[in-house]
Amino acid sequence: MTRSGVREWLPPVAVFVAVLVLWEVSLLVLGVQSFLLPRPSAIASSLVSEWSTLVRGVAFTGLEAVGGLIIGVILGTLCGFATSRWATAREVLLPVAIGASTIPIIAFAPITLNWFGPESLLPRMTIVAVMVFFPVMVNTIRGLTNVDPGALELMSSYAASDRQTMTKLRGPNALPYWFTALRIATTLAVIGAVVGEFFGGPLYALGIYITLETGHSRYPSAWAAIVLACALGIVLYLIVAALERAIMPWAAARESGR
Amino acid sequence: MTIDPTRPEAASLPAFPVDEAPTVVEAVGVGKVFGTGPGAVAALESVDLTIHQGEFVSLIGPSGCGKSTLLRLIADLTHPTAGTLSVNGKPPGRARQDRDYGMVFQAPVLMDWRTIAKNIELPLEIMGYSEPERRRRAAELLKLVELEAFADRHPWQLSGGMQQRVAIARALSFDPKLLLMDEPFGALDEMTRERMNAELMSIWRRTGITIVFVTHSIPEAVFLSTRVVVMSARPGRISQVVDVDLPPERSFETRETEVYFRLVTRVREALRQDEPADEGPAVTEAERVRNEGLS
Repeated sequence: MTRSGVREWLPPVAVFVAVLVLWEVSLLVLGVQSFLLPRPSAIASSLVSEWSTLVRGVAFTGLEAVGGLIIGVILGTLCGFATSRWATAREVLLPVAIGASTIPIIAFAPITLNWFGPESLLPRMTIVAVMVFFPVMVNTIRGLTNVDPGALELMSSYAASDRQTMTKLRGPNALPYWFTALRIATTLAVIGAVVGEFFGGPLYALGIYITLETGHSRYPSAWAAIVLACALGIVLYLIVAALERAIMPWAAARESGR
Repeated sequence: MTIDPTRPEAASLPAFPVDEAPTVVEAVGVGKVFGTGPGAVAALESVDLTIHQGEFVSLIGPSGCGKSTLLRLIADLTHPTAGTLSVNGKPPGRARQDRDYGMVFQAPVLMDWRTIAKNIELPLEIMGYSEPERRRRAAELLKLVELEAFADRHPWQLSGGMQQRVAIARALSFDPKLLLMDEPFGALDEMTRERMNAELMSIWRRTGITIVFVTHSIPEAVFLSTRVVVMSARPGRISQVVDVDLPPERSFETRETEVYFRLVTRVREALRQDEPADEGPAVTEAERVRNEGLS
């Protein structure tokens, strides 16, 4: 790791470690019951002892989150593109999309179980896709339409076709908006998958596991699953951030003022 | 039209009188009204103007005189509501489709995601030039605007003046016969602006291109132009056309000559004719400077 890399990573890691230490020590000193908040050391030992179950859970929930994310992002992008391109699509799709975004997920989740069966990945993928769809669509529309009018006139002065204006101006212009949506979507995806599992699924899935373990007063292992769900969200977010840097190196360079 | 560095600059000077050169822009009774009904605003009224090949014509006037509108009409970015307008003998829409003109706006409008060289190549990509040809032209133009060292940089790494030079290079990349410039140096400081003026002058001489240039700066208009078209506001119309009889070879020293000051004064007085009489001193700034210089 480079020197600047260390400088970038050291502060958050130091803060994280300090919080853990403070957490551990203050719970010990204040004598807080473990059902209120278990000590980090207890969570860590559960992580180790329950590892084989937890890993299966992370894999399952992660697959749901990623699958739903991909479906939702593709549909949201396509609908956003169509909406910004054709007036008819705008009139038809936008009300539907707004309607879809207002679906109460809690009420919707049990229905998806009836559709696909609780053991399938599809109920949670559907929930995640529905949650992710709207922010992606709205940001895609914004990115494709919120273009510098001067740049549009420039393209017009070159007698550029609609297609060329799309690929050379609107598309690249939309990328930062689209990635912002994707960042929001990754965190939503993990939440959607875990909450969706509260209503059914295989016993090792993170959402079910958390419900079962709290039901049996095994709080440290429930917390271990929560920690892994967070880690899953963070990893997905970092992947998106890396993808963003790879696809739009100019944006990262501009932000850092180089 | 391509730039030949070995060609002596004087050889490509427009052959005066320009009246015999082919007509590039012709406006007859052109008018433009924005909106309809009682809220309608007349931006331009009965504008007659003929611009010949190789000319450098400046449009100058107070804000709201429709000088930018006139330029945008020529560019087919907006359409006249009266009169007829032709570019290279064609309707402006046809001329735009034929890529007859290059345009430079007040803002450079560069694409942040493209390098400087790729920004210059943008119109060439749209117009279907081959990649080697695009590269060749971009390199040539980077040299023309003296930005070879910045080919692989991104727009935000360049100063405002440099960005505007890129915009000029981009407009010239596909060899248009006509360059339309809408207050291209309006956002630059005075020093940079004068340097850009000198550079533009040299590009114009070397390419023999026809330039229509919108500005609100009198010194800039006089220094650059073969003709200055003075416009008045509400409704916008041409109030006077001043022929600039400066020598074609112009430099920083040109700005200190008697003829230059006389022309600046003439344009300023033409602009003042349309204003209320109580504004400004009787002696213009140019006259004052000249008198001090002579005494």
